[in-house]
Amino acid sequence: MDTIKQISIFVENQPGKLAELTRLIADAGIDLRTLSLADTRDFGILRVIVNKPDETEKLLKENDWTYKTAEVIGVKVPDRPGGVAEVLEAINEAAVNVEYMYAFVNRIPGRADTVFRVDDIETTLKALRSKGIEILTPEEAYCI
Amino acid sequence: MAKYWHEDIETMSPEDMRKLQNERLVKQVHHVYENVPYYRDLMDKKGVKPDDIRSVDDLHKLPFLSKADLREAYPFGLLAKPLSDCVRIHSTSGTTGKRVVAFYTQHDIDLWEDCCARAITAAGGNEDDVVQIAYGYGLFTGGMGVHGGSHKVGCLTLPMSSGNTERQIQFMRDLGATILCCTPSYAAYLGESLHEMGLTPDDIKLKAGIFGAEPWTEEMRRSIEASLGIKAYDIFGLTEISGPGVAFECEEQSGMHINEDHFIPEIIDPETGEVLPEGTVGELVFTSITKEAFPLLRYRTRDLCVLSRKKCSCGRTLIKMAKPMGRSDDMMIIRGVNVFPSQIETVLIEQGYSPNYLIEVDRKNNTDTIDISVEMNPDQFSDKMKDVQDKEKALAAAMKTMLGINPKVHLVSPKTIARSEGKAVRVIDRRKLHD
Repeated sequence: MDTIKQISIFVENQPGKLAELTRLIADAGIDLRTLSLADTRDFGILRVIVNKPDETEKLLKENDWTYKTAEVIGVKVPDRPGGVAEVLEAINEAAVNVEYMYAFVNRIPGRADTVFRVDDIETTLKALRSKGIEILTPEEAYCI
Repeated sequence: MAKYWHEDIETMSPEDMRKLQNERLVKQVHHVYENVPYYRDLMDKKGVKPDDIRSVDDLHKLPFLSKADLREAYPFGLLAKPLSDCVRIHSTSGTTGKRVVAFYTQHDIDLWEDCCARAITAAGGNEDDVVQIAYGYGLFTGGMGVHGGSHKVGCLTLPMSSGNTERQIQFMRDLGATILCCTPSYAAYLGESLHEMGLTPDDIKLKAGIFGAEPWTEEMRRSIEASLGIKAYDIFGLTEISGPGVAFECEEQSGMHINEDHFIPEIIDPETGEVLPEGTVGELVFTSITKEAFPLLRYRTRDLCVLSRKKCSCGRTLIKMAKPMGRSDDMMIIRGVNVFPSQIETVLIEQGYSPNYLIEVDRKNNTDTIDISVEMNPDQFSDKMKDVQDKEKALAAAMKTMLGINPKVHLVSPKTIARSEGKAVRVIDRRKLHD
């Protein structure tokens, strides 16, 4: 299945915590492909897509970080007005909920690749493909 | 295999026990009155003479001793024997103020170790057992007391002291320890560490644990029993009275038998000092009737609990005390409500959280605030913000039901709350109510 492994890490709201976490990942030679931070007053959840998900999991576990992996969908959203709306409409028509989404940091002309976390992956993939919307393969996502 | 260490005493009829206590009490009151000027003054002030105490029924006439008296009389003021007759001292951890020192003659050490031997035997221990003692050694009574009891029973004794968790587990495996003695929080930590090292209870030979020196809950007992594959027994004691073994649990696990041939318990109203009937919750008071060097009469423990003479299936007739509901020193009054850390622990375990928590109490704009940090295990985490927030809310709601006040709950990463190898620090009170 063309899904991407996302790693979400629990980050307590303390000075230096995010720096500590990203330094840990950097020093292991792991590249962050994209990330998103959701936060409350007490804590944040850093969601990342990395080039080496399995190594990253091992690293986090060894260093006592709390994390969870989830399968997400990378969509090659057309980089023009209405591009993301079309994708969301297609998902909505399939009666699937989007939990959250965030954009990839890539530089491919004409594309605004975006990560979608949905509650029904298979239905979403089918719906998007039927509209001719292209999906990122894991290889593309990890090594853009 | 012996079921009791002192069968005659442990299964004595209540009438005979009362007779024994009467004799010993009368003798002890004379000993104290003659040798401890501090207590003689207290008795004189109350107008009580040694001859007024003819049986346990007269016990209520004697004045109380409190921790404040022990501090005032520090270091030698309550000593009832010449120092040349004493062979050892022990001291309290001093967590609630100035340290208290207690003195022991060889006779005092012997009776204390006998009490611990009763506890080890009640936990199924005999000369074939290997007892790993991970209580601190030194001034603290935990290590040395159980150590002496283990020798008496004839167990192979591993005097590990606390700390160095990896070595604890290595010795536990290599030497086939069958009984573990330590604080319940350290037992929980050892269980956690065992699993982290990729081991299961099948890799060790432990069958029982004797845990005390700090409050713990039934839920914590079940979690320790599962993680180490053992039966966990409670043990109670305090340095002022001797040390661990003042009371101990049997296989029924429903309260601790008090060694009442040495220590007479009473339950009093902490406000009025009035003696309360059996079955009523109140402050536990002990009178030591056999100790020579440091014989405290009517010592107020600050532990709140309840006594019961209900028949026990183990055959012991010694009166039982319920697990203390908290020390009155531990009790926090938050927004006018009495809160015990043990209540918070109960909620955490019921809701599937680890019993590692930190309570922070403060006062902002004349209102008390209570913040509880709780370690989340990786399975409880979710990449969805709403799931994590819902968990925090559910936990706060369960806390409110239990405590009657609304705490703020903060989920934190595993292992971020400091572990203890001795008594755990669970509460930080930043309110400056007194100087």
